[in-house]
Amino acid sequence: MSFIPAPISRFFHRTASPPHFYALADKLMPWLTALFLLLLIPGLYGGLVMAPADYQQGDSYRIIYIHVPAAWMSLFIYVMMAVMGGIALVWRMKLAEVMLISSAPIGAGFTFVALVTGSLWGKPMWGTWWVWDARLTSELILLFLYLGVTSLYGAIEDKRSAARAVSILALVGVVNIPIIHYSVEWWNTLHQGPTVSKMDKPSIHISMLIPLLLMAVAFKVYYAIAVLQAAKLELIRREPSAQWVKNLLEHKA
Amino acid sequence: MEYSHSAKLDIAELSCSRDDRQLFSGLSFSLQRGQVLLLEGSNGSGKTTLLRILCGFRPADGGQIYWIGQPLAGSSYFADMAYVGHADGIKKELTVLENLRFALALSQPGHYSIEQALQKVQLAGYDDNLVQTLSAGQKRRLSLARLLVTHNILWILDEPFTSLDKQGIELIETLMDDHVKNGGMVILTSHHDLSLSHLSLQRIHLDSCL
Amino acid sequence: MSLIHAFFAIVRRDLLLAFRRRAEAANPLFFFVLVVTLFPLAVGAQPNLLQAMAPGVIWVSALLAALLSLDGLFRSDFEDGSLEQLLLSPHPLSVLVLGKVTSHWLVTGLPLLLVAPLLAVFLGLPEQAMPTLWLTLILATPLLSLIGAIGVALTVGLRRGGMILSLLVLPLYIPVLIFASSAVDRAASGLPVTAQINILLAMLLMALVLTPLPTAAALKMSVN
Repeated sequence: MSFIPAPISRFFHRTASPPHFYALADKLMPWLTALFLLLLIPGLYGGLVMAPADYQQGDSYRIIYIHVPAAWMSLFIYVMMAVMGGIALVWRMKLAEVMLISSAPIGAGFTFVALVTGSLWGKPMWGTWWVWDARLTSELILLFLYLGVTSLYGAIEDKRSAARAVSILALVGVVNIPIIHYSVEWWNTLHQGPTVSKMDKPSIHISMLIPLLLMAVAFKVYYAIAVLQAAKLELIRREPSAQWVKNLLEHKA
Repeated sequence: MEYSHSAKLDIAELSCSRDDRQLFSGLSFSLQRGQVLLLEGSNGSGKTTLLRILCGFRPADGGQIYWIGQPLAGSSYFADMAYVGHADGIKKELTVLENLRFALALSQPGHYSIEQALQKVQLAGYDDNLVQTLSAGQKRRLSLARLLVTHNILWILDEPFTSLDKQGIELIETLMDDHVKNGGMVILTSHHDLSLSHLSLQRIHLDSCL
Repeated sequence: MSLIHAFFAIVRRDLLLAFRRRAEAANPLFFFVLVVTLFPLAVGAQPNLLQAMAPGVIWVSALLAALLSLDGLFRSDFEDGSLEQLLLSPHPLSVLVLGKVTSHWLVTGLPLLLVAPLLAVFLGLPEQAMPTLWLTLILATPLLSLIGAIGVALTVGLRRGGMILSLLVLPLYIPVLIFASSAVDRAASGLPVTAQINILLAMLLMALVLTPLPTAAALKMSVN
């Protein structure tokens, strides 16, 4: 902690204290929800209605407005988890542990969505539901990494130890993700040739790009909403008899 | 082996909870050379947990531990302490001698040679016996021999009297007596009434440390 | 000096323990041969099919054998309290861990080299691929032990850690599997394999330096 100025570290500790965080999350929620809708609606409208059909794939390409942001999120959330894990290990900050654990199922969900939409997209493109394409394969392995995190957390009874364990695992995973990604990519070019990399978009028209970016930001905001809600629950579950939880429940009742 | 004169363990405002239940809080004490600390308390009062915090296995929820005035991480604490827990830390497929030699390889040599230590714990002549052929009490005494052959000032003993007969209990009391007289310190938990009345014995009752 | 002494004391002790329990030591080896034997029975014994599959089959089996042997890495130390004593040693735990992984590899990884030629004959792998198979086994089996050690350290405190262990470790093994089996595959067709071998070597060196740290951290968590 010594290399962080005292006022900053005090600010973080205050914000990271469970009651303060809980109140802050509550306060942010309506704003985040509004922002999410503001991004999602034009994103979907622009992507599904306004953007022109692809000259090769027709309307079936429109699944990228879900698939690509979901795939981005699946990686983004894992990196977030590793960052949280690092903070939790170095500073033993409870809130970082809680955020890490709350992120895992959401990340796994996005990974699953990316896999399913990729497979749905593959049907018209390749004629089969599954092709051992480098991206889909990497995404599948990423799903396994997420499942490892959630099942390890579930298996260890003492939740503080469990949080330490998944922090270590998330850090190990994040070092491995690029290695796995490049080895799979390399394996793919070796075994199948570059024919199935149609998913790569070397150039994309601006009318398609804007809704895609809107959707990507909307997904990020959705993640913020989901992770804050999950973290609130996890905080209460962790210290059900803490004074601030009692106050909160009395207040609500 | 010379003991550092200033060797001293200070515990300040230590607290720990488990599964949302406060085990102890505001626990402060200090221990100097020549002193024995006996931790008392009912089952589940956190005696073992406190010992495991003192071993660095478990983080405390709050408070500080200092060894010779320094936080544990930057001090010689782990070179100066030894722990005997519920599990003996002894390999049953190895002989008595092999076990002690391995313990010695991981740490600095202490007051006694292996032969002397085995003599003191009444295991002389068992050097080449596999540990799995020893009785529970003999294994216990072997784990105590480890304390004698390696360098240490602070002994942390979790229920050292279990599975020992009257003779074995007297043996441990003698060993602790010697250790303390040589300037060592001991922290232990026990259900057993100690006859160490002539030593400066501190008692802490954990049930009253909430 | 005394750190090196402690490192070799651990290697020596674990080798001695493996020797005293030598009945168990051969099990991963039997398992390796047995799994390889299953493939011809399952997919049929056409020589060209088996030959094409040989590198993959051998490497998947090696992966599973390594996984099976991992459980013994810290289990007995955890149960009899030796692990606590290792943690209390004034030496850095990561170096002691490296000692344990080294002897684990000497006992479970190295013997795979002995049976590899037998399996290559079973599956009709061309002779020219043998040196490469050996080389990949030498480079990649220690990788399996090093990476696997992280997973074992995370799960050693669990009563039923086996399933979770494989879920944690197998995805991390994928790059090893890809490069090792493709090196053997290419060698069988007479192609150069320098790239794969170099990558495996680089991964091994990285793992030697990096993996003992999370393993040590995870052991501290497990002993908690």
